[in-house]
Amino acid sequence: MDAFNNKRAADALVWLALLTAPYWLPLIGGYTELGTHVVILGLAAMALNFLLGFTGVLSFGHAAYFGLGAYGAAMTIKYLEPSTPLAILVGVVTGTVAAAVIGPMIARLRGVYFAMCTIAFGQVFYFIAFQWSSVTGGDDGVSAWHRMPIDLGFTSIDIFNDNKAFYYVALAIFAVAAGVMAWLLRSPFGRTLLAIRENERRARFLGIPVDRHIWLSWVISCLFVSLAGALYALLNDFVDPRALRWDMSGTFVIMTVLGGMRNFWGPLIGAAIFIVLQDQLSSHTQNWESFIGLFFVLVVLFFPRGVLGLIKRKSAS
Amino acid sequence: MTQLLFFDVFNGLIIGAFYALMALGLSLILNLSGVINFAHGGFLAIGGYLAYTLIPYFGFWGALVAAPILTAFIGILIERVLIRRIYGRDPLYSLLLTFGLAFMIEDGTRFIWGAQSLPFQIPGWLAAPLSNSLFFLTGYRVFMMVLVAAVVLALFLILSRTRLGLRIRAGTLDLETVSVLGVNVRVLRNLNFGLGIYLAGLAGVLASGMLGLQPNIGDSLIMPSFITIIVGGLGSLPGTLLGGLLIGVASGITTVFFPSASEAVIYVIMAVVLIVRPRGLLGEEGRF
Repeated sequence: MDAFNNKRAADALVWLALLTAPYWLPLIGGYTELGTHVVILGLAAMALNFLLGFTGVLSFGHAAYFGLGAYGAAMTIKYLEPSTPLAILVGVVTGTVAAAVIGPMIARLRGVYFAMCTIAFGQVFYFIAFQWSSVTGGDDGVSAWHRMPIDLGFTSIDIFNDNKAFYYVALAIFAVAAGVMAWLLRSPFGRTLLAIRENERRARFLGIPVDRHIWLSWVISCLFVSLAGALYALLNDFVDPRALRWDMSGTFVIMTVLGGMRNFWGPLIGAAIFIVLQDQLSSHTQNWESFIGLFFVLVVLFFPRGVLGLIKRKSAS
Repeated sequence: MTQLLFFDVFNGLIIGAFYALMALGLSLILNLSGVINFAHGGFLAIGGYLAYTLIPYFGFWGALVAAPILTAFIGILIERVLIRRIYGRDPLYSLLLTFGLAFMIEDGTRFIWGAQSLPFQIPGWLAAPLSNSLFFLTGYRVFMMVLVAAVVLALFLILSRTRLGLRIRAGTLDLETVSVLGVNVRVLRNLNFGLGIYLAGLAGVLASGMLGLQPNIGDSLIMPSFITIIVGGLGSLPGTLLGGLLIGVASGITTVFFPSASEAVIYVIMAVVLIVRPRGLLGEEGRF
């Protein structure tokens, strides 16, 4: 009962913090876009964690689907139709379809092999975005467009000029996505994923089609990561091939590990820490890449269970 | 046309040799220690830059010998301090650790040697074309092919004929038993890591002679090296060699007919291999 109450309290705390973020962020030296950044990349990391933390499969190539979502959204607004909802939809469909096609090729693989193949396949899309410059703008990316106000019929939300409005739109989408993921994890399907994570062989003996479950988990995870990608393009009003390069994938993984893989909110907290740190470092030093690298190393050596894992262990002892 | 084809096939062979050299080092480390070394491209850059620094003192040939050995020592040191701590843990952590290392090495080389690309002097007689009719066939390219072939041969001889090689091969199959039989596994993994990094350093010196030096010189070689391992089959060194040459030549031939797809063809080969034969061309069944 106590654990249940604790969980409830944690949920309430996270939502309260997120809902009031635009108002308390400036007080501690932040700004609204920083909050939007955390929400969007937090969503990406949570989507990755669906696969990594709850299915036990390591993808190191999620940036590809994040980037496809971003390119899908950006190019929809620039070339197709200046509509934000359509842009998000196209972005999500692009990323999810790509993941669904690649999924069967890698769902049979495990461990390091799975990780390597996700990295390699991820690079395919980086190359396409980089090389096919007549369509994607190559290295310069897709620019000269911006997110459009959302027209609801009776009123319109000006997410372009009003940063707070965009934050809340992103947060609403985040809430729906997080809700769906939490619901999936509580469902029999989610429990099956946990069973696969804990003991794949035993799950197989119980007659669970493991490869198909891993494929599904992969597609769901990539769906939400491409949703985050679409929002990321809208946030920056810009997208370039760096959004789908392998270092972005590594960033998602480190966010997840930093916050705590086995925890639902862990990746969000990891994303918050990482983004604030990156924001500070890049404004103070030229060599911030070295520090980020050092940070990766330190997390692996001293924080392998993440912030939440550490707190949990402290409170248990 | 034939000459162009010959040129591109030969070019592909050279590039394939690079992929194979990188991937053999990656494979050695992966097979024995279960670590995917993301920083391999960084070590390649270190090899190139060290050679650049050494050339004024020892000349090209001295640098060619010394730089990879120094790189291997740096690798051995890093293995002792960092990599060793994550053996036996989830592959996730080795990926993240070497990923961080890759960042640090790239930024470090930029800090020490500068961000601009540096010229790399090779002996004049090597840089000259061998003949007028085969304009592209510089001595350096031929020399690289011969050297890579010799090194790969030496590597396979070490693995098949020496005690160290025997232990590495045995450790790949069953590390615990090797340890029980009295082999110091810590030292074995350390030396093996050094051997892998030596190959990366050598590839770095050779690549710098052909492409010049930039901090991110390893970036364009690391992904194809991964694919080389996937195509050749995890756990098989001959497979890795075959995979490297195969994707190198395939991308060389594609350059003739469809230049913009020369990079894409590598990924197509990977996809086909994964569909038809998920364990890779020469990979053992059931290993992964």
